[in-house]
Amino acid sequence: MDKNEIYKTLDKLSSKKSIKYAVYLSSIVVFIAIILLPPIIGIILKWNLMGQIFEQPQLLDRALNAVYASFGVAFLVSTIDVLTGLPFAWLITRGKYRILGVLDTLADMPFIVPTTALGYSLMLFWSTPQGVSQLFNTESLVSPGWLLVILLHFVFSYPVVVRVLVGALMDYRMEYEEAARTLGAAPFTADRTVTLPIIKSSIIAAFTLAFARSISETGATMMVAGTFENGAIFIKNMKLQNNYGPMVFVSFVLIAISATIFAVIRILGTKFKLPIRRVWPNAERKLSSKGIANFRNTISIIIFFSLVIIPSIFVAFPAVSAVFTDTLMDAFAGRRVWADFWQSIGLSYGVGALATVINVIIGLPMAVLIARKTLGRSTANIFDILTDIPIIIPSTALGASLSIFWKESFAFLPEIWPLIFAHLAITYPYYVKSMAAAIQRISIEYEEAARTLGARPFTVFRTIIFPLTKYSLFAGAIMIFTRSVSETGATVAVVEQLRTAPVLLVKWIPKNGAPELPATSLDVALGCGFLIVLSFVILLILRLVVGGERKG
Amino acid sequence: MPEVEIRNVTKRFGDIIAVDNVSLHVHDREYFALLGPSGCGKTTLLRLIAGLIKPDEGEIYIDGKLVNDVPPEDRGVGFVFQTFALFPHMNVWDNVTYGPRVKGWGEEKAARIAHEALEMVLLHERLDAYPNELSGGMMQRVAVARALCAGAKLLLLDEPLGQLDAKVRNQLRYEIRRMAKDLGLTAIHVTHDQAEAMAISDRIAVMRKGKILQVGTPQELYIKPKHIFVANFIGEANFLEGYVKEIKKNHSIVEIRGGIRIKIADKTFKRGERVVLAVRPETTIIEIGKARENNYINGKIERLRFEGTNVRYEIRLENEDEIVAIRPSMTEEWLDVGEKVVVHLPMNKIYVFPYPSKGLREELSVE
Ligand SMILES: Nc1ncnc2c1ncn2[C@@H]1O[C@H](COP(=O)(O)OP(=O)(O)O)[C@@H](O)[C@H]1O
Ligand SMILES: [Mg+2]
Repeated sequence: MDKNEIYKTLDKLSSKKSIKYAVYLSSIVVFIAIILLPPIIGIILKWNLMGQIFEQPQLLDRALNAVYASFGVAFLVSTIDVLTGLPFAWLITRGKYRILGVLDTLADMPFIVPTTALGYSLMLFWSTPQGVSQLFNTESLVSPGWLLVILLHFVFSYPVVVRVLVGALMDYRMEYEEAARTLGAAPFTADRTVTLPIIKSSIIAAFTLAFARSISETGATMMVAGTFENGAIFIKNMKLQNNYGPMVFVSFVLIAISATIFAVIRILGTKFKLPIRRVWPNAERKLSSKGIANFRNTISIIIFFSLVIIPSIFVAFPAVSAVFTDTLMDAFAGRRVWADFWQSIGLSYGVGALATVINVIIGLPMAVLIARKTLGRSTANIFDILTDIPIIIPSTALGASLSIFWKESFAFLPEIWPLIFAHLAITYPYYVKSMAAAIQRISIEYEEAARTLGARPFTVFRTIIFPLTKYSLFAGAIMIFTRSVSETGATVAVVEQLRTAPVLLVKWIPKNGAPELPATSLDVALGCGFLIVLSFVILLILRLVVGGERKG
Repeated sequence: MPEVEIRNVTKRFGDIIAVDNVSLHVHDREYFALLGPSGCGKTTLLRLIAGLIKPDEGEIYIDGKLVNDVPPEDRGVGFVFQTFALFPHMNVWDNVTYGPRVKGWGEEKAARIAHEALEMVLLHERLDAYPNELSGGMMQRVAVARALCAGAKLLLLDEPLGQLDAKVRNQLRYEIRRMAKDLGLTAIHVTHDQAEAMAISDRIAVMRKGKILQVGTPQELYIKPKHIFVANFIGEANFLEGYVKEIKKNHSIVEIRGGIRIKIADKTFKRGERVVLAVRPETTIIEIGKARENNYINGKIERLRFEGTNVRYEIRLENEDEIVAIRPSMTEEWLDVGEKVVVHLPMNKIYVFPYPSKGLREELSVE
């Protein structure tokens, strides 16, 4: 069958009502069965233990403080992320230099570094004499504690925010801004009153993703938290004591509050209007000057490198010196701890690629359903919130749930399946969110116009939605892939034999003394270095292949 | 007093030369059209004037002032985009008052000007509707009102009627002209539709492949096309290829295919030069009878089409060339298919052009 015939067949199928509903319903079923349920099964099964905590007032106090800490950090971090990510995304998309494409790819870096290694890297950078402290003549510039947690969370959600916002700005039609300019608006005014409101849904999506990720991350947070305890760390501590009641309680509270916040954002988000009626022509004109723009860009780049990129790959710096030692030879020859390394890299990329392909397919109808309210407004709202859940759940609780679901109930499955399913669950929200926001941005008119011109639903998708959201689709795919390649916490929980690269690296990193596997710090550096460089090259190639058409 | 002068302006996008060394002078209060096939650089030229992009070479003057480095918000232009670009998150009223607001004119003045502009475009209702609730015609009116409201004296319109259906289009084109004239604006109207350009413009610049081929009033372009592409693009023309055979005292003789001799008034061509003759269908005369002298060619009617006002005849000449002639349908006798006729090409109605170096087809192509 040639391409046109396939299109025709799909077209015919897509215009049947029954098929349409079948597609949406099956995407809902798939979502509930393999994305939503496995991560929360633990809470459901251990629900009756929840009351335990109320008999221990001190523990309850501690739990509530931890919850406050979680939301405080999440709120602060997501706000800073959006405030700093937006100018950076702007610079990447509007800048005239080709080199900015490299910056764009570099921004994915903290996403590629396995989260635990990221925590380790930040700690080396900020809190040890080998790091930035050298420059300031102290032992530890930022000691483990809440500030370092904030720095860490800022770093690992930064790529998400940038990715979503770059996607939004790429898909944005410059004509709106140009119209504003010809009407007399200074660049700053045009951006503030026209561009930002139009990409609002993506800003909200970025904020939400950063927020959710901050609530749930555990592995790296533990490494840098010192005595600071947030919800996720509390859960981990309870797990270590096999104290399931408080663990279920806090997991539930975190999910419930986050879901409520997201619901409020979702409902108010459309009503909430950015303040655009008042304009201060003179002040805004000054803010539009070249000098201010250059200043803003410079600050963005400085923040990007000094707070995000360098700290997150700091762990790999010693890899350079590994070139002159036996470690490099060991690595290539697969000696010592390196025996499993290359295999684990292969496994990581394989799982990442598979998770990407599967999620792009099963997540698309869900994104359409949310963006276009195909099955009604409330269905859309409900699923919009439900799809966030897998990333709100603290990784320890997630790991515990996934392991109950997959290891206990589906013990007969080869381990590769739980591994893939776990990754699907964790990455699904990133893609659905960014895609739904992108679809929402394109006016339904184009679709309607195409429909009235005789295009059937599939053709509408192929010729209208796809071309207009291509960049966001690509951005979503990158998020799935990078998140999957770096995922650690939940992976450890569901697999025993199989080791993805991050899992292996975690075993190399020293925790309270010696690492699990006899690796040197040079091994860790080189291992992280390989992972980062390889992933970076893959992303760069992908970008060259797919994204050859940056907006002039 | 908005007067636009463009001097040797060039704009490239990579290897594409979108605007190629263009010079142009648009007078104050003129309704000026940029006409050319799609992709010829009209939008680019308009965007250069608006300051949305900068020229690689050359200068642009508005009111005698060099504006190359003036940003769009300070050029005092109103731009109507092909897709209208109405802000989707603002209702009609907020769209229209956007200009006054960002210029800090104050609510009262903004409201007064907006009412005047809305009056001008005959739009009074649905001011709280959002763009996605409007029809094409209404969006167009809002887009124009919005541009007017910002106080622009120079109106730049990029195919402002391109998105509308034929009936609305024909009505609105006169409205826009009337408005520009009433308000004393200078307007530059981009279009690929020659009928539209002819109908509303004081003058037209015909563009092709980034270059301006000819500037003139609609009549000048129609009656005295200086370029073979213009002869074809403005109105219609028959083309006959041949060589200059003889140069006489008051005329020259061109020999076309089949040794047929055609007398032309033009004497600027040398003997032996390859030329193309162009004759409009409406000046191509059909008679009954046989060819007796120069400029009369025997032929046979191959096809006939009734077009309402006119009847259109497609005639196969004795030398196998094809030629089209039209005659008024009510005042002239109809001829039949298959009928033997003689085609008369009056000497003073023949345009002569040098044969294009890249071939005739290429030169006429609208790609
Ligand atoms: N931003 C751009 N980047 C690259 N090429 C462009 C850009 N804008 C226009 N072009 C090219 O310049 C040429 C002229 O385009 P345009 O001015 O839009 O033509 P018109 O409006 O007459 O249809 C075309 O070949 C077009 O592809
Ligand atoms: Mg155009």
